[in-house]
Amino acid sequence: MEFRPILSALMRSKVAMILIGLQVALTLAIMCNALFIINQRLERMHRPSGMNETDTFIVGSYGFGSGFNVQTTVDADLAMLRNLPGVVDVAMTNGMVPMGQSGWGSGVGLQPNQKQATARTAYYMVDDHAINAYGLKLVAGRNFKPEEISFMTMNNRKTSPVAIITQALALKLFPDGNAIGKQIYDENEPFTIIGVVDALEKPWVDAEDVEYSVMWPTHLAYGNGSTYLIRAEPGRRDEVMKVVEAKLGESNQSRIVRSMRSIEKVRAQAYANDRAMAIILGSVIAALLTITALGIVGMASFWVAQRTKQIGTRRALGATRGSILRYFQTENFVITTCGLLLGGLLTYALSLWLLTHVDGAKLLPWYYVPIGFACLWLLGQLAVLGPATRASRVPPAVATRSV
Amino acid sequence: MFSYYLQLGLRSLRRNPILTALMVLGIALGIAASMTTLTVLHLMGSDPIPWKSSKLLHVQLDNWDINQPYGDDGSPPDQVSYRDATALMQAGKADKQTAIFKLALPIQPENPEVKPFLTVGRVAYGDFFSMFEPRFKYGQGWGKAEDDAHARVVVLSRETNEKLFGGADSTGKTVRIDGNDYRVSGVLDDWTLRVKYYDLTNGSLDDTEAFFIPFTTGIDLKQRSSGNNSCFKESGPGWDAYLASECVWMQVWVQLDSPARKAEYKSFLDSYVNEQKKLGRFARPLDNRLLDVNQWMADQKVVSGDVKVQAGLGFAFLLVCLVNTIGLLLAKFTRKAGEVGLRRALGASRRQVFAQFLVESGVVGLSGGFIGLLLTGLGLYAVRALYTDYKTVAHLDWSMVATTILLAITAAVLAGLYPTWRACQVAPAAQLKTQ
Repeated sequence: MEFRPILSALMRSKVAMILIGLQVALTLAIMCNALFIINQRLERMHRPSGMNETDTFIVGSYGFGSGFNVQTTVDADLAMLRNLPGVVDVAMTNGMVPMGQSGWGSGVGLQPNQKQATARTAYYMVDDHAINAYGLKLVAGRNFKPEEISFMTMNNRKTSPVAIITQALALKLFPDGNAIGKQIYDENEPFTIIGVVDALEKPWVDAEDVEYSVMWPTHLAYGNGSTYLIRAEPGRRDEVMKVVEAKLGESNQSRIVRSMRSIEKVRAQAYANDRAMAIILGSVIAALLTITALGIVGMASFWVAQRTKQIGTRRALGATRGSILRYFQTENFVITTCGLLLGGLLTYALSLWLLTHVDGAKLLPWYYVPIGFACLWLLGQLAVLGPATRASRVPPAVATRSV
Repeated sequence: MFSYYLQLGLRSLRRNPILTALMVLGIALGIAASMTTLTVLHLMGSDPIPWKSSKLLHVQLDNWDINQPYGDDGSPPDQVSYRDATALMQAGKADKQTAIFKLALPIQPENPEVKPFLTVGRVAYGDFFSMFEPRFKYGQGWGKAEDDAHARVVVLSRETNEKLFGGADSTGKTVRIDGNDYRVSGVLDDWTLRVKYYDLTNGSLDDTEAFFIPFTTGIDLKQRSSGNNSCFKESGPGWDAYLASECVWMQVWVQLDSPARKAEYKSFLDSYVNEQKKLGRFARPLDNRLLDVNQWMADQKVVSGDVKVQAGLGFAFLLVCLVNTIGLLLAKFTRKAGEVGLRRALGASRRQVFAQFLVESGVVGLSGGFIGLLLTGLGLYAVRALYTDYKTVAHLDWSMVATTILLAITAAVLAGLYPTWRACQVAPAAQLKTQ
């Protein structure tokens, strides 16, 4: 390919070349870093929670007035809810579901009163129906027994000394792989691990070690509130939600039925910010590529117009349409490549800036850069195609006319 | 002369409508992206109470575990325990002071037609209202006498008063909350805070509360916070054990009207904690913090990393748009070399040519700015739709409108400088000859 004439032509319009190159460089830097952030968010948003999310929902009850008895209400509610048509199972919980963003947590240790906990965990206070209601898989040991479930209030903190933990936590505490029957400690209180479930995320999506959860056999009621996790038969969730809301409301007049949400909605709300970030950055990338493509079209059109006479001369001297087309394509390739080389540096400069200024940012993996190169080469070639085709149609006779 | 250049500029812009559209659109998109993100950054981070933010101070005491600091960076808890909060209130060493926490309680309207509803309220000392300065529509807050008497009084938000009393003056009337009757002492006017800076622990972008009751009353009724509660060891069974525990679940704010008063209060806090150390509490090194509103907002990272990244990328995008516009203007002005040559040959000075082309870039900037402003409005609308809790921080205000227009013109003129300068270098004779 005839590089020399292209280079000498470019040298005559250095500034225009630098501008396009700079634009390509900035575009690469922004695009790679934004794409990386988007991918991180998407990965987070699609992290499995460990529970059945499609058929489940939570609903809260808040009692008031002096005549309200939380324990009898809970017992009556559970009996009523578990017998509703379309309901697979119901567990009482301390308001906790994965991604719910609120709940109980503490460190557990392998010795009583350890100075530093071995693992920071979430405490699900649930009952013997939880594994079925959350849709978890028991991979070792056994479930809670009904007689192990205690009723915990502010004044009565008794719980049965047994716990079910997640597999990830079991491996952290007992790397040899056998956790069943072992003791763990909450401060100085010992608990025996009786079961291991495959997965159940903590309720906080930003938590560290998000897969470390513990389940205690406890109905917890500090005050007059209670929360139920309900699993419906496949496809009947929305219908069951309506029935549950109505039934709870009419069964007891001195309470408020509140915060009923499907777990799908819980997930959407928990990751709303990540989704927003991904959409905003995606729009920035789209706008950026559009502007850069239009910029290339604009400059290429200008060059074609400026060189119409020279193109005519070349055509008159025997250059084919194809060689004119290739001339502009090669020119674009040269400029884009220069821009991309600079852009590679800018990309990592921006990545380092993000790394130092934004919590939780990570260094850009290298493979984003070649992907970015390929995208912008393609974009450049597509953008220049229109003007270059127009150039190739300049008739040789132009050479003989004065402008 | 200016109006003549303006005419020339407009005519020239009309001559290449596509190129002009590209330039205007480029500026408009760049401006919209940067201004949308900047607005959120600005409104989220700006001082929510500029006339007294340096006098309102948030109190932190480090009563945490000797083996494990509260924050990963070793910082003290962001809230305080009941013991310390009440000790500070009883000492009363600040010019004004309040301990506060959030709670959720059902309001039971007298009207049997309206079903009881669960609302978020806050317990506070009487000083709360003069410290954070919500405007009252009817009545007023309560005073020290009510705090001391654990009085059953309530301040309602405008919306709650609307719901319960149809918006009428309800002072002196009774409201039943969670089975207890409260006398309405005042009704607030609309109180919208961009950032709910007095409780950053529990939802910095949440709405202000539906009702306020005295702190002492809330404790009498054994109300726990519905917000965050952190303990580093179990508090033992029962309400009294909970109150005596090291669990942190409330915020303490003080108002100190001068730097000298602030220094005094700081040494008071230090001596208080040193006294407590003798009782076997506060095992960690002395680390009491008094941060004013803006320092506290920065400490709690109210402006999230996402918002900063968006603003950064917004401006990087504007830079790309500017480079793009420079290129297009350069192309355009170079094509007009002939016209420049002619004008120069007819006696126009370089300065006049310079002015003419700069006006043309300015026109591009101004139109880009106006379209950019519309797009910014659209962008903020999209941001509000994407982030449902951003309703108070994603809207245009006048200072941002002015900034947008100014930024657009500056950007376009800056982008136009080099191409304009190049256009002025045209030697009249050379251009006329080649024609």
